[in-house]
Amino acid sequence: MSGRQTPVENWETDFDHTDPTWVHDPYPIWKDLRARCPIAHSDRYGGTWFPSTHELVSEVAYDTVHFTSRAVVVDNLRPGELDLPAPIGVAPPITSDPPFHAIARRMLLPAFAPKKIAALEPMVRKLCRELLDSTSGKSQFDAADDYTRHIPVGVIVGMLGFPLEDADIFRQFITQVLEKVDMPGEERLDMFMQGEIETYLDKQIEAHRAYPRDDLTSFLLDAEIDGNKLAIEHVRGTMILLMVAGIDTTWSAIGASLWHLANHPDDRRALAADVSLWPTAIEEFLRAYAPVTMARLVIDDFDFNGERLHKDDWLLLPFPSANRDEKVFPDADRVILDRQENRHSAFGLGIHRCLGSNLARMELRVALEEWISRYPDFELSDPDSVTWSKGQVRGPRSLPMRILA
Amino acid sequence: MTSSKLQVAVDADRCQGHNRCFAIAPEIFDVDELGNAVVIGDGFVDDTLATKARSAASNCPEFAITVTEVGQ
Ligand code: HEM
Ligand code: SF4
Repeated sequence: MSGRQTPVENWETDFDHTDPTWVHDPYPIWKDLRARCPIAHSDRYGGTWFPSTHELVSEVAYDTVHFTSRAVVVDNLRPGELDLPAPIGVAPPITSDPPFHAIARRMLLPAFAPKKIAALEPMVRKLCRELLDSTSGKSQFDAADDYTRHIPVGVIVGMLGFPLEDADIFRQFITQVLEKVDMPGEERLDMFMQGEIETYLDKQIEAHRAYPRDDLTSFLLDAEIDGNKLAIEHVRGTMILLMVAGIDTTWSAIGASLWHLANHPDDRRALAADVSLWPTAIEEFLRAYAPVTMARLVIDDFDFNGERLHKDDWLLLPFPSANRDEKVFPDADRVILDRQENRHSAFGLGIHRCLGSNLARMELRVALEEWISRYPDFELSDPDSVTWSKGQVRGPRSLPMRILA
Repeated sequence: MTSSKLQVAVDADRCQGHNRCFAIAPEIFDVDELGNAVVIGDGFVDDTLATKARSAASNCPEFAITVTEVGQ
């Protein structure tokens, strides 16, 4: 897919978040932008802004008056062609603005609250152990293909009560939504209009209507807002959101953490030796390798920190760059497993705080715990063949490992 | 007996349920059904929990937690 866009020569005036240099290693680019050009602009994708400091990222995240969440994936489609008008949007609550946002979010919060999620830990652990079992005896394998990519999709498909063997359908769909953002607008519109995923979901919804179960699908079918059941579009939209928001993101966080550990034997040993390090270490991985950059649309022309933003301009919201801001995180490029003060924003800031953060954090911890206890010593077998995903979710998509012990 | 205590408070308008405080100091914080933080009891904690209270405050991404020293 790369090569559709012309290569970037100037990051301050022409950046592209799908450019191979950015995809390979965005941190030096962001560091430079934070220092020299904290609000970069590019004409690509119909006009896009990139505020890179922690201060600016927070300011945008807290400002729902000038920025709308109506569209949150920057692509070549002119905003509005596909999306329902705010405040509801196509996938509430992530595409919703106040006041509707709070209503859609509140309905979902109980299903993702800490104590609900804690109950899923044995299921996640079992899944991780089974995946590791199937790698046993191999001295080399791809940790992305054989381990990380199966965990979050298995968890969400299980939570929704869909057949586990359908996990592949979702992986493909998610790749289309999140990574093929640089295809021409028309082509992307066609792709969404085919509606295969909707047909599949309708079948699952019908099956759950006929036989309700104790799962997230039945929870959504039972849920009410102001005494009314949710419209079918809202149920489908929420399912799509949970898959798009919950799978690639978590897979990326697990993979990036394993990638770090493969490159840092001292950190591996420290974690294997001292369980008291884990809570801060997990937060530190989330800070340093935060996988998710969000986006907003500008609601109307206005002045923002010396720049004139225009209606319907895109704005990328790079929590990963905010997390590397030296003004907030001393020694920000270094992973410090026992970092004591760590107000990272990997899960966002403000009203859209990741609904799945308790789940994601638990999956990350369990996946790493199980890996380290099975394979305490490992390294990349071919560091050059590691590939990173393109777009707003960053994580390793191939991770060739050699098991040392 | 110590001569000062700490008063811990969560600003409910700022709290977005990142759940960092509950993970760090379940002795001081609980979470409600929606996942937002609440302070247990009257929010006064003694010296043994001072470090945990401060740590929770300095890891809250939304700056929702305050820890103030109150004289006795
Ligand atoms: C490490 C993994 C994850 C990361 C880094 C992450 C990151 C984020 C971020 C940054 C936002 C804020 C969006 C914004 O400001 O517009 C968000 C929102 C959201 N996330 Fe996650 N996420 C992860 C995993 C998950 C999981 C596992 C789920 C659910 C199964 C999930 C569901 C959601 C939902 C529903 C929202 C929208 C919340 C709202 O708009 O109120 N995420 N996520
Ligand atoms: S860490 Fe802050 S935002 Fe998170 S639950 Fe505690 S008080 Fe609320």
